[in-house]
Amino acid sequence: MAAGTQDAALAPSFAERHAGTIRALRLYARTFARNGSAMLGLAIVLLFLTTAAIGPWIVPFPEDAAGAIHLDIKLQPPDAVHWFGTDEVGNDVFTRVVLGTRVTLQIACIVTGVAMLIGVPLGMIAGFVGGWVQEAIMRVTDVFLSVPGLVLAIAIVGALGPGIVNAMLALSLVWWPGYVRLVQAKTLALKNEIYVQAARSMGASSLRIVFVHILPNCTSPIMVKASMDMGMAILGAASLGFLGLGAQPPFPEWGAMISVARTYLPDWWWYSFFPGVAIAVTVLGFNLLGDGLRDILDPKHRE
Amino acid sequence: MTGPAPLLSVQDFRLEFDTFDGVYKAIDGIGFDLAPGESLGIVGETGCGKSVTAKSVMGLLPSPPARVRGGRILFDGEDLLRVGERRMRAIRGNEIAMIFQDPMTYLNPVFSIGTQLVDVILAHQRARPRAERMTRERARDHAVEMLRRVHLPNPERQLDSYPYQLSGGMRQRVLIAMALSGRPRLLIADEPTTALDVTIQAQILDLIGELRRDLGLSVVMITHDLGVVASVCDRVVVMYAGQIVEDAPVARLFDHPAHPYTRGLLAAVPHPGRPAASLSSIPGSLPNLLDPPAGCRFHGRCPLAGDDCLRPPPTTAVADGHRVACWRAMEAADAGA
Amino acid sequence: MLALDGLKVHFDVSRRRGEKVVVKAVDGVTLRLRKGEAFGLVGESGSGKSTIGKAALHLVPITGGRLEIGGEEMTRLDRRAERRLRRTAQMIFQDPHSALNPRMTILRSVAEPLVLHTPLRGAALTARVAALLEIVGLSRQFLYRYPHELSGGQKQRVCIARAIALEPELLILDEPTSALDVSVQSQILEFLKKLQADLGLTYLFISHNLAVVRYLCRRVAVMYLGVIVEEGETEALFSNPRHPYTQALLKAVPYPQAVQPDRGSPLQGDIPSPVDLPPGCRFHKRCPAFIPGVCDRHEPPQVRDGDAMVRCHLFADAART
Repeated sequence: MAAGTQDAALAPSFAERHAGTIRALRLYARTFARNGSAMLGLAIVLLFLTTAAIGPWIVPFPEDAAGAIHLDIKLQPPDAVHWFGTDEVGNDVFTRVVLGTRVTLQIACIVTGVAMLIGVPLGMIAGFVGGWVQEAIMRVTDVFLSVPGLVLAIAIVGALGPGIVNAMLALSLVWWPGYVRLVQAKTLALKNEIYVQAARSMGASSLRIVFVHILPNCTSPIMVKASMDMGMAILGAASLGFLGLGAQPPFPEWGAMISVARTYLPDWWWYSFFPGVAIAVTVLGFNLLGDGLRDILDPKHRE
Repeated sequence: MTGPAPLLSVQDFRLEFDTFDGVYKAIDGIGFDLAPGESLGIVGETGCGKSVTAKSVMGLLPSPPARVRGGRILFDGEDLLRVGERRMRAIRGNEIAMIFQDPMTYLNPVFSIGTQLVDVILAHQRARPRAERMTRERARDHAVEMLRRVHLPNPERQLDSYPYQLSGGMRQRVLIAMALSGRPRLLIADEPTTALDVTIQAQILDLIGELRRDLGLSVVMITHDLGVVASVCDRVVVMYAGQIVEDAPVARLFDHPAHPYTRGLLAAVPHPGRPAASLSSIPGSLPNLLDPPAGCRFHGRCPLAGDDCLRPPPTTAVADGHRVACWRAMEAADAGA
Repeated sequence: MLALDGLKVHFDVSRRRGEKVVVKAVDGVTLRLRKGEAFGLVGESGSGKSTIGKAALHLVPITGGRLEIGGEEMTRLDRRAERRLRRTAQMIFQDPHSALNPRMTILRSVAEPLVLHTPLRGAALTARVAALLEIVGLSRQFLYRYPHELSGGQKQRVCIARAIALEPELLILDEPTSALDVSVQSQILEFLKKLQADLGLTYLFISHNLAVVRYLCRRVAVMYLGVIVEEGETEALFSNPRHPYTQALLKAVPYPQAVQPDRGSPLQGDIPSPVDLPPGCRFHKRCPAFIPGVCDRHEPPQVRDGDAMVRCHLFADAART
């Protein structure tokens, strides 16, 4: 073979090698940018991530995070100094809501991450192997799915004892079955795809088929679900916090804050109102983002 | 050409789709007539606009993304593009009916054949004066009659079966019965036999021919299969990239094809009835209709193309009832003959 | 090259009221493909023609009979035999749109068999793939594209490049052109014909399209409900079909010409379900030459005449006298 002409093929530029990917990404970006609600979701999530990243350096009263006591300024309504007012021991609510983003993000990532780590492999094994293995995995999944997640999580925390780590653990343990269902269904469908048959006819091993042909084609629905689940996990953690089973006051966690604040309703409304708004907006942001991702990742929505 | 007034007359019809990447010029100024009782074939490859034409006649294209850019679709003198959705609903089924490639998609899997057929019959009654409407029992009898008409075996018993219990051929028969239940004058068949086996296809084509004879039905048959056209149509319209390139009686089209595309198409299909040493192919691929080529849309693949092909070709009559849109129509016709 | 002896592929579908339901997709098929020939397998849906192709590659389990490829028994596969099978025989599927992994570039798709069976990697691999694409008439600019950026004909060319990457001797083509447009179909058919001549490949060409089979194949077998009803040289079979089913099938195809030959009334009835096979001859319920008491009772014998074979009671008598 002529070496000269081959060299061009051997060392194509990065842009050439990834031209297809770049084109696809550009298409994704354009579709996404046209979708107003998805962009709003993205904006909220970005704001949330930035706040979590730089929160401790921008808050006006960092010492209020751990529960400093300034009884002289307790339960002040929102004003120029305390934007969201102060709580029953004089801590700045704005500071505590901002610092709450970091722990909330931590909870959301860990819960969804652990759920995916458990659920995706199980779903893939169930769908690909089939037979009694599938039966076993799916029946256990069904049992978990038949009990309302939060109730089960409450039971688990009840057994382990309240606390933020245990709350995350409990939520992760009730969250994975959704991924098993999703991935198993997708794997079952993909297993019969002609390109999987083609790979088998070329002698690809099962491992190769799973990792090269099935898993990459599952990533879109997994990403969509993960994005939605981030919101749901935040809500779950806040609920546990609210019930006194998650983070403990004075730890700046939104659910725990509302739990204390609810006794000060309705006269000192700002104390519970702002953490509540934070939860609602964040969950909304993740859901809108998930919807937007589904729109661009699901080929049926394109063309 | 003076015959009876056409039942369907499409005149300079243009239609576009708004897509993500721009405006897709799906139909670009097509025109053809269909005489009462006539059977017209529309032939072409994927993306040539044949199905879009059919759906436009039925008013089935959602807008957006579809956008009519001009022209008229006259049915019995009435412009279907301007009648409004109310009137269109009355026309659909009662005047014009359509059958599709995959009958399963158009049958509801959770209702029995009988229920669906009776519902369709009753729906058609709404267009009639109150006194002439059928009762549910009458409609059921009528349903059996329709199923018998399309030669479905055991029509009384089949009323209670569900779509999944029927074979592909039987489903297509049921769909035809449904289409005909409103006694339409025009039947549009969009690739009705493409999903069927050859022996079943022969049965359905036979049935369509029989219904034409018995009911005086006009038929527009949309297909990519030149054999199907040859066996059921009187006249053929060949479409390429959203335009009509040739319009001819069936016998003329096969014996004296005039457009280079038609000739390429005929030479590209292996003939089941005789051995062939080689097939000639049309080089290249379909033009992108987001940015169609100037002039004749076929010029990039045409063996006869020259500089004049960069201007829109004139439509010339090369024989009685045989029109071709090509700068080289005469040359091509001579070469073909 | 490929030999099937009484090959059977049965599927257990489900249990209806505790009863096992078995689909006899392929029920005793015997075939011999000579090296370098193009053999056509025609039939309608449910005839089992695609299942034979898949069984030959062990993509569906073989229930009974013998399979031999390249003179080697392949009915049961051990690891070594499997590796050899994957190198000698390749398949091309009907729908090129779903035969390529949408997440893989053309380079990765075509490289897959090479990665699995050869030590080629990196630049040498890319060069080999580019050469393969050139053989099927695609330029190297396709290397880094994704399937959705290609037309149907281009995708089928990519599939062909992938199938010939390991220089197989046997190519099983399962309706390779039926998802394509007429003008593209002729391009692919021409190319397949040339490829076979150039590389000396053996084709098992599975199709419902009689015209395409007549064009491409030297010999042909007609299947109906899991069995071969007639087999012979293509031209002899097309010009003088013997089995009533073959006759009906040939008559059912409309010709792309002005005047249609007289074809009488079409075959009545539907193709029976392979779950519920009729007794005796499987075709007797639709057969215009049905002999009561014979065709519905006894399975017709295979009557061989040189290269030709027909499985019908009409010819059993002829053979006897």
